[in-house]
Amino acid sequence: MSLAPDHAPTMARKGLAERLAPWAPVLLVPVMVLLGYLAIPATSSWLTLTVSGLAMGMMIFIMASGMTLVFGLMDVINFGHGAFVSIGAFVGVSVLIWLGGMAGAPSLVLNLLAMGAAAIAAMVVTGGVGWAFEKVIVKPVYGAHLKQILVTMGGLIVIEQLIVVIWGPEEIFIRRPETLQGGLTFAGAAIEKYRLLAVGVGLVLFLAMRFVLRRTKIGLIVRAGVENGEMVEALGYRLRLVFVGVFIAGSALAGLGGVMWGMYQELITAHMGQEVMILIFIVVIIGGLGSVEGCFIGALLVGLLQNYIAFLEPKVALISNIGLMVAILMWRPMGMIPVVKAK
Amino acid sequence: MIATLLSGDAPRSRVLSVLLLVVLVCLALAPFLFPGTRSLDTAARICVFILLVASYDLLLGYGGIVSFAHTMFFGMGAYGVALSCEFLGRSWGALAFGIGAGIVAAIATAFLIGLFSLRVRAIFFAMITLAVASAVAVLVSQLSQITGGEDGLNYQIPRALTPAFKFMEEPVFGVRMNGKLLNYYVVFVGALVGVLFLLRVVNSPFGRVLQAIRENDFRAEAIGYRVVQYRVAATCLSAAIAAFAGALYAIWLRYVGPSTVLSMEIMLDILLMVVIGGMGTIYGAVLGATLFVVAQNYLQELMGLAEGAFEGLPLLPALLSPDRWLLWLGLLFILSVYFFPTGIVGRLRDGR
Repeated sequence: MSLAPDHAPTMARKGLAERLAPWAPVLLVPVMVLLGYLAIPATSSWLTLTVSGLAMGMMIFIMASGMTLVFGLMDVINFGHGAFVSIGAFVGVSVLIWLGGMAGAPSLVLNLLAMGAAAIAAMVVTGGVGWAFEKVIVKPVYGAHLKQILVTMGGLIVIEQLIVVIWGPEEIFIRRPETLQGGLTFAGAAIEKYRLLAVGVGLVLFLAMRFVLRRTKIGLIVRAGVENGEMVEALGYRLRLVFVGVFIAGSALAGLGGVMWGMYQELITAHMGQEVMILIFIVVIIGGLGSVEGCFIGALLVGLLQNYIAFLEPKVALISNIGLMVAILMWRPMGMIPVVKAK
Repeated sequence: MIATLLSGDAPRSRVLSVLLLVVLVCLALAPFLFPGTRSLDTAARICVFILLVASYDLLLGYGGIVSFAHTMFFGMGAYGVALSCEFLGRSWGALAFGIGAGIVAAIATAFLIGLFSLRVRAIFFAMITLAVASAVAVLVSQLSQITGGEDGLNYQIPRALTPAFKFMEEPVFGVRMNGKLLNYYVVFVGALVGVLFLLRVVNSPFGRVLQAIRENDFRAEAIGYRVVQYRVAATCLSAAIAAFAGALYAIWLRYVGPSTVLSMEIMLDILLMVVIGGMGTIYGAVLGATLFVVAQNYLQELMGLAEGAFEGLPLLPALLSPDRWLLWLGLLFILSVYFFPTGIVGRLRDGR
């Protein structure tokens, strides 16, 4: 009879690399900022670019978060998500033009009120359209990815064309409210006020979303639903209702993102949703489909990289995001923070 | 003989056979049956789109993969011919080189995209192709020194394919025997051979495995087929044929530009043609493309008339204006995915 092998538990601490591994995606953002700092000669332009990159990232995050949750929850891939961005922008800008007096006044409070009214109007309308979109277009094709892609793409075209019918085919130029124009100078770098506002709004929204998802009952159900929908239904929750709620909220967020994006560009067209959609896809894929945190990090990376590259080598900027996507998929094929499905 | 040509995949419906025969005869004799530049143009466009849509059907209908980059491959073929004719001069060698280069570029790109996205989830493919295709479209319009930008390129093809070349002095049945006629038959024969080749592919063991993967990829993998390899191979093959179709189109038009070969609108047209004709039946591409191109040519005029008829009413004229025809296309598309998922061919085969 042989003796049991010696059992010697080791109490060694994990190596630094091993302990850092789960944080790797989060660390990518400061690494990117640092790389930017090294690559860009002047500190002031680096600061300007970083702020505008963060602002762009936050706006993309606002637009993309709904899409990633909708996918995670119900396995629905919505190619029509960009349509909500366009609708939001057009509704918001119409409200702003209508409130021209408030937006033109040199008072920060009045300006923010006008922006707030525009944002709320955009969110209400896109939420409503999202509800109808879910009911009419998405619901009949649950469970069939191929048809979902085709039908939601059709929905995107139809909504875009309806925007043209309602608002006319011309692009609309819009001035930002009086006190949000121009910039501040900080450490020799010009930083546009509007970009600071965008960063602030994005950060608040991200934290609020995290709070809802992590600390509330509804967030618990949503997260459980992403992981294993059948089990949640077996426990007696009507996941379908939760899903419709998430779809509406996601559409409303896309609408809000649309207003902010439109004000950022100071120009809106019916096609803007389709153009932004490309960025949204890249962000959602590199973040890991279904993951809100991954989407946030992905959005920041895309925003920063696009701004740095556009400064360093404008011609390469077009394909830099695709390059980023390829690099990240080579590293983690399911995206940075893959959602573990118990299916 | 016919069964061999069709690779044993008969139309399996009398009406369908008749329709296909009518399309074939009309296209084969188009210069004699429908004289005039515009109708010959339409016929050539139909030939090119039949091949393009059939190659997309291999991917969508048989492979169950949605790609939004098919116009990119189409454009690669077209720009291959255009660039080599522009920079290598007017010769048959340049033409052949252009076709070959376009096809090789398309296969290489398809292989890379396929490897990255299909390895993980087939659904990534749709998103990544959309991103890549739009980046390429922007790139083409930005690099205007090489590609001519938004204006596109006009170039010269060998003289034997142009109207200036006459190979018979006397017209036959009132049709001038010139290079334009030869050019049309190059396009026609190219498309015909391409479609027959695709029929061969989808009815081979390879095509059967693709269908099995479409129905249940997990099971196909379990039986022992390497799903990723089959999907990537289907993508490459489909891209190669799309590039060939693009090359034919470039030879016919003697012009390429982003709006004629790369735009998102053409991608939508292709999707609509496949869905209307019937996914997963190469024949659907033939009917879908023919119907659609003919409708496209004449529908917009009809919409213009309707717009005039409803003038003065609110909103209706704006909805019916010929510029808004994408709106109706989108609606038609959604409705056909819901109510005719098997398309015309599926309907005809069911109602046999």
